[in-house]
Amino acid sequence: MTHHDKKGAGRFEPRIVAFFCNWCTYTAADLAGVSRLKYAPNTRVIRVMCSGRVDPQFVLDAFSRGADGVLLGGCHPGDCHYAEGNYKTLRRMRLLERMLKDMGVSDGRFRLEWISGAEGEKVKTVVNDMVAKVRALGPLDLPGKFKDWDSELEGLARSVHASSKEAAHVR
Amino acid sequence: MKSASNGSGPKIGFYICHCGTNIAGTIDVEAVREHAAKLPGVAVSKGYKYMCSDPGQEMIAQDIRAQGLERLVVAACSPNLHEETFRKAAAKGGLNPFFFQMVNIREHASWVHEDKAAATQKAEDQVRAAIHRVRFHKALEKKRVPVHPDVMVVGGGIAGIHAALTAANAGKKVILVEREATIGGHMALFDKTFPTLDCSACILTPKMSAVKGHPNITLWAYSEVTKVEGYVGNFKVTVKRKPRYVKEDLCVGCDACIDACVFKEAKFPDEFNQGLSKRKPVYLSFPQATPKVVTIDPKTCIQLKTGKCKMTCAAACDRKAIDFGQKEESKEVPVGAIILTTGFDAFDPKRHEYYGYGRYPNVYSALEVERLVNASGPTGGDVVLRDGRRPEAIGIIHCVGSRDEHTNKWCSRVCCMYSLKLAHLLKERTGAQVYNFYIDMRTPGKTFEEFYDRLLKEGVQFVRGRVAEVNDWAMTREEEGRLVIRVEDTLAGFVRRIPVDMVVLSQGLEARKDALDVRRIFNIGCGSDGFFQERHPKLAPVSTFADGIFIAGACQGPKDIPDTVAQAGAAAAEALALVDAGHVEMEPNTSRVVEEECSGCKSCVPLCPYSAITFDEAKKKASINEILCKGCGVCAAACPSGSIRQNLFEDDEIFGEIEGVLS
Ligand code: FES
Repeated sequence: MTHHDKKGAGRFEPRIVAFFCNWCTYTAADLAGVSRLKYAPNTRVIRVMCSGRVDPQFVLDAFSRGADGVLLGGCHPGDCHYAEGNYKTLRRMRLLERMLKDMGVSDGRFRLEWISGAEGEKVKTVVNDMVAKVRALGPLDLPGKFKDWDSELEGLARSVHASSKEAAHVR
Repeated sequence: MKSASNGSGPKIGFYICHCGTNIAGTIDVEAVREHAAKLPGVAVSKGYKYMCSDPGQEMIAQDIRAQGLERLVVAACSPNLHEETFRKAAAKGGLNPFFFQMVNIREHASWVHEDKAAATQKAEDQVRAAIHRVRFHKALEKKRVPVHPDVMVVGGGIAGIHAALTAANAGKKVILVEREATIGGHMALFDKTFPTLDCSACILTPKMSAVKGHPNITLWAYSEVTKVEGYVGNFKVTVKRKPRYVKEDLCVGCDACIDACVFKEAKFPDEFNQGLSKRKPVYLSFPQATPKVVTIDPKTCIQLKTGKCKMTCAAACDRKAIDFGQKEESKEVPVGAIILTTGFDAFDPKRHEYYGYGRYPNVYSALEVERLVNASGPTGGDVVLRDGRRPEAIGIIHCVGSRDEHTNKWCSRVCCMYSLKLAHLLKERTGAQVYNFYIDMRTPGKTFEEFYDRLLKEGVQFVRGRVAEVNDWAMTREEEGRLVIRVEDTLAGFVRRIPVDMVVLSQGLEARKDALDVRRIFNIGCGSDGFFQERHPKLAPVSTFADGIFIAGACQGPKDIPDTVAQAGAAAAEALALVDAGHVEMEPNTSRVVEEECSGCKSCVPLCPYSAITFDEAKKKASINEILCKGCGVCAAACPSGSIRQNLFEDDEIFGEIEGVLS
């Protein structure tokens, strides 16, 4: 995927991985299609049966592989096809959000949305809104940051190593 | 177009559908095909105009055989539409159908994006994801589960009646659940039906008694479904049977108790007559009520309220049918399929204050007028106003609570026609001058337009324009003591004041007030208009997203009687096709525990909403009952040791997709 669209004069195009539950949000996205609504082409949809299938690791993996945003779409509370899967999602994702914040991933780069099968329009507004916001934030580039952190750690290790040698010398 | 297999791993066949120009018009399908051809493992990469057509499927099957393909990826429309089609194509070629992954580049790409380069890019990314993922697919089998042969129908209006009779005539046992004291629904309120003007009761009541007399139908009126458990083919439904305080098997509906009631005069508004007449606490909705059993209303019966009545009704019943000790009962029944025919609510015209409903006694709702013109209604079909006068001029206002931004946006489909019917009947009964105020006349239906023509010839007046207001402020002699309709006549081009004696508000149709609760019980969806959502607007109009649960009639959207009956027949046919097959095939996307890896932490056990996970204390391992598991994957996401795998959604498969999408 390119970071910059061809005609957009180098405008940053965020890459957003979207996990959609089959029964509500995926269906809503189908409906948006059937209704020929137009929205930003930046999401890449991964279908799961229920939002409750989404392991926080999937979200972390997406960020660490270079996603600029992750969108998770499920049925409205009380409407999960499997009764209560989305409640579990909610709890899990609130915890994940805290962790993401510690990693410096915040400000709506991760988003949880309830979109019912009838809300094709909401798919459009949510995607457009998220793309605009993440675009304004700029690239996340976690893989790049990992590299920086790694070299920082290496540097640290080197200096620790050096100073311990020095200490040995003094003694 | 064939390329050599790139890299090791299973041999993958990739196919991209042009869908005419639906996909190819926005996505550069050739570029995507080429992109896929270069990906590791891809042995065949082809495009075709219509992949879902016979030649498209045949091409896949042949390639699988000739090239020894081991995996299949098709980029086309939504898997909700054609996943099954391509699974079958795979099976035809001798490949396990679950070695297949579908990519949705139509609903999710070509139809929603305008920038061709960006849409093509998206398609390529999604295709890559599928190709990465499909390598991890495993051979799976659909499991077959036996189906309970009985059918439940919920809602006893004309839709439910027709569906129940159809299924029962096919030899199925049917349980018909109705919340009111009698079946019949809205249709039982009408005198005549449009456009044929045939008598509603004459066509409905024989069907009602057919339900009652049918050996295959169990009728539970005055009952409500409170819980649905299980899954397609094997539902367990809990039905609450409300107490009538009358023993159904003993009562013959002779009316002796009603005559004997301590209330000598009927005092309470009669719901069936839309409050235009009164009833006693013990009542029969109407003479043809089915079951023909009286009901005692606990809100108005002295005995039930205070326990201090002489109970003359009970004494009058020689069959000893009255039972004040009756309690609510809860019954559990197994059924294979459920048909929902819960109907509609008429729009409450009070919400349009400017039409004066509830303020001016001579402003009527259309349902009230249906009772007023009904030969068995409160006045025996005589049209007299609440003040006892006979109307000389009548205004019928269309689209009350329809086609209105502030209330309901939709056209309720039946109001133009029933307004014409009422215009005809009112004119016939009263000889009054009748005006119809309409926005557009909508008469699409067999012989509907002809009926409109007939009304024009009968001298009914038609004024095009949305009525602004109904009031009683007279400006001229002629208007004194009457109702004045203020309207902009958009054909004549000026504002008119039309004095009338009676106003009829043609209420639109809405979803039932409790449609949201009902849909939760049955685990189906509602559209943004509140009506139950069909699985596909064209190809699965009576199915829902819950397999085995079907919908028919006005609960799915406004419709007239013929359409309702047609849908009810269709829903019955779908239900029959399901229960007659004797078994259902279940999607194999269930979860399982890899025993060697399970640490026995039990965190999955309470997560499962279906209690499908149990803990084997001897082995200290969790285990999942495949039949109970519905395949949500919540446990797989939660297992700390990663020892729960969800078929078709294994971690490897999803990580593969993430990697593919971002690489
Ligand atoms: S099925 Fe949509 S959130 Fe569970």
